[in-house]
Amino acid sequence: MSDVDRVRWRCRRGLLELDLILTRFMESRYGALAPRERDIFLGLLELADNELWDLIAGRMDLPEADRQAMVDQLRAV
Amino acid sequence: MALPTRKFDAVVVGAGGAGLRAALQLSEAGLKVGVLSKVFPTRSHTVAAQGGIGASLGNMGDDSWLWHMYDTVKGSDYLGDQDAIEFMCRMAPEVVYELEHFGMPFDRNNDGTVYQRPFGGHSQNFGERPVQRSCCAADRTGHAMLHTLYQRNVRANTVFFVEWMALDLVRDASGQVLGVTAMEMETGEVWMFHARATLFATGGAGRIFAASTNAFINTGDGLGMAARAGIPLEDMEFWQFHPTGVAGAGVLITEGVRGEGGYLLNKDGERFMERYAPTMKDLASRDVVSRAMATEIKEGRGCGKDADYILLKLDHLGVDVIEKRLPGIREIAKKFANVDPVRDPIPVVPTCHYQMGGIPTNYHGEVVVPAGDDPAVVVPGFYAAGECACASVHGANRLGTNSLTDLLVFGKASGNRVIEFLRENPGHKDLPADAAERTLARLARLDGQTGGESVHEVGAAMRRTMQAHCGVFRFPDMLTEGVEQIRAVSERVKRTEIKDKSRTFNTARVEALELENLIEVARATMVSAEARQESRGAHDRADHHQRDDVNWLKHTLWYRDDDRLDYKPVKMKPLTAETFEPKVRSY
Repeated sequence: MSDVDRVRWRCRRGLLELDLILTRFMESRYGALAPRERDIFLGLLELADNELWDLIAGRMDLPEADRQAMVDQLRAV
Repeated sequence: MALPTRKFDAVVVGAGGAGLRAALQLSEAGLKVGVLSKVFPTRSHTVAAQGGIGASLGNMGDDSWLWHMYDTVKGSDYLGDQDAIEFMCRMAPEVVYELEHFGMPFDRNNDGTVYQRPFGGHSQNFGERPVQRSCCAADRTGHAMLHTLYQRNVRANTVFFVEWMALDLVRDASGQVLGVTAMEMETGEVWMFHARATLFATGGAGRIFAASTNAFINTGDGLGMAARAGIPLEDMEFWQFHPTGVAGAGVLITEGVRGEGGYLLNKDGERFMERYAPTMKDLASRDVVSRAMATEIKEGRGCGKDADYILLKLDHLGVDVIEKRLPGIREIAKKFANVDPVRDPIPVVPTCHYQMGGIPTNYHGEVVVPAGDDPAVVVPGFYAAGECACASVHGANRLGTNSLTDLLVFGKASGNRVIEFLRENPGHKDLPADAAERTLARLARLDGQTGGESVHEVGAAMRRTMQAHCGVFRFPDMLTEGVEQIRAVSERVKRTEIKDKSRTFNTARVEALELENLIEVARATMVSAEARQESRGAHDRADHHQRDDVNWLKHTLWYRDDDRLDYKPVKMKPLTAETFEPKVRSY
C-alpha cells in the first residue's frame, strides 16, 4: 500500500487554491516529514475545504501547537 | 471477461450539488442508490460557489418567476431553451425552501425570512431595475449546500463509493443505458455498476484550458464517457471567462481590484484599455476587458518571455487601500503569482470558469439525442444534471447564481423522472456480453503502451492549444489552425504511457484516464467554435461581431466520430409564458 499516493489523491480538493498549495507541499515538503507529522497533515486534509483554506490564508489559527506548526509549513510553501 | 458486478436501482456519477440533490430524491423514494465520486462529496467543486442561489422568493421586494425567466433568457443571449428556463425559474423557490427545511444555514432578514443579495443581471419587471434575488449563506453557499445535502443523504441511506472513478457508460444494442464501469482507486479494481437508471452529475471540464478557475477534479468525465458511447455534446463552444485570473495558476483576482483603481498594462507599459474603452477604461464590462486583453496578447503585446499575459497594476493604491479594501488579494498574489502587489503588478489572463454546454437533456433531465426527424429522442435509462448537462438553461451565457439554481432544480427533476421510469420498467435488463469491452481495452492499451507520450506533456499541449486558439476572444485563423492542432493532440492522447503500473492509488493512471475525457471536450469545443460564425453570449468572434439569429439561432451538437456537427432548433416556446423574442442584448 503506497501511503504517499493515497495522500496525494486526498490533496485533490473542491477549491483550486487548495489543489495548488497542497500539490506544491507534496512536491517540496511531504517527503521530509516525520511519521507523526504525516499523520497530522493527513488529519488536516479531513477538514472542509473552506476551513483549510482559511487556515492556509492566515484568516484562522488552530489551538493545538503541533497542528498549527503544520499549518505554518503549509503557509510557507 | 466479466467484471465483478454491483446492482443498484440507480447509479449517480458525481457527488457535487446536482448529484447529491438527485441521489436524495431517489433514496427518499426508497430506491437503492449508489453514488460514485472521485473525492469525498463535500470536497466537490460546488464548494467553490460563493454567489448564491437565484430564486424569486420576493423577500426583498416584488419579484416573480417570470422576471427571473426574462433575465435568464436575455442572459443566455436567446440560446437557452425557454421551456427549460420557465421550468427552472418556477421551481427555484420550491427547491430553496426545501433546502431551508433540510437545515441549510441561509442568511436571514430580521423578520426571519431568507435574506437575498443583489447580483448582476437580475431585474424587476423585465429589466426595469435591479432586484435582490440571490439566496446565500455568507460567501459559503456552495459549501453549506454540500454539507446539508450530504448529511441528508446519509440519513436516507444513500450508498457512497468515495474515491471511485467511473470509466465508461454501458449501453445495450437498443441504446438503453444499463450502468457504468468504474475503478476503485484504493485497489485499482474495475467493477460493473449494473443500474436500471444512470444519472450523470459529473460537473464541468474547465481544465481543458491553461487558465482555469476550476479545481483539478473538473475533467469532464461524464462528457468523455457520453461522447465515447455515441452521445453528442451540445453547445460546447460556450464557456464563461473571467478577465483576471492569475496567469499560470487560475486563481481569481476580484473585479474589485479594478473597481478600486487598479488598471491593466501591456508589455510596453501602456494602459491599453484607454484605447478600447476611452470612457470606462478598465471598468468596462467583463467581455470588453477580456476581448481587449486577448487582442493585446494576440498582437504580440503580452508580457513575459512567451508574451502571454497582461499585468494588473495596483501598487499606486498604497498598502492601506490594498489591505483594507481588497482583503486577501495580497495573499493570493504572493502565493500564486509570486509577487507582492504593493510593489509589483500581478500577471493575469482571461480565465475560464463555467461550461454552458454539455450532455443534451430536456427539462426532466432525460438525455436526448436526434433520431430520424426528431431532434430530441430520449435515451432510455440515461439522465444528466448540473454543469455536465445542457438543458439548456444557460444558452450562450450563464447568469450569476443560476448555476446553483440549475443543479438543485434539475437534480431534483431528474431524480423524479428516474423514479417514474423505474416504476414503469421493473427489473434489470441483461447486460450485453461486451459490456466491459471498451473499458478493458482502454485500460489494456494504457498498461501495455511502450515508447509512448507523457500524460503531463500531452495535457499541457491540449491546455495551451485551447487557451491560445479558442480562448475568450476568437480569431478565425487561430480557430482553423486550432482544429488541426487539437486533432493532433488527440492522436497523442491515444499513445499516452504511464511508468507506474501499480494498482493502489495510482494517480498516474487516473490522470491518464482523465485526459482521455478532457480531450473529447477540447475537440468538441474547438470544432463547435470554429463552425459557429457569429458572436453570441460567451462565444466572441473577431470576424463576426454580431449575433446572427437568421443562421445561428440553433444548438450545436458535436459527435465524437469524425468530429461531425449537427444542429437542432432552440425551444422558443415556454411551458405557459409568452415567448421572449430575441432582442439586442444590452444592460
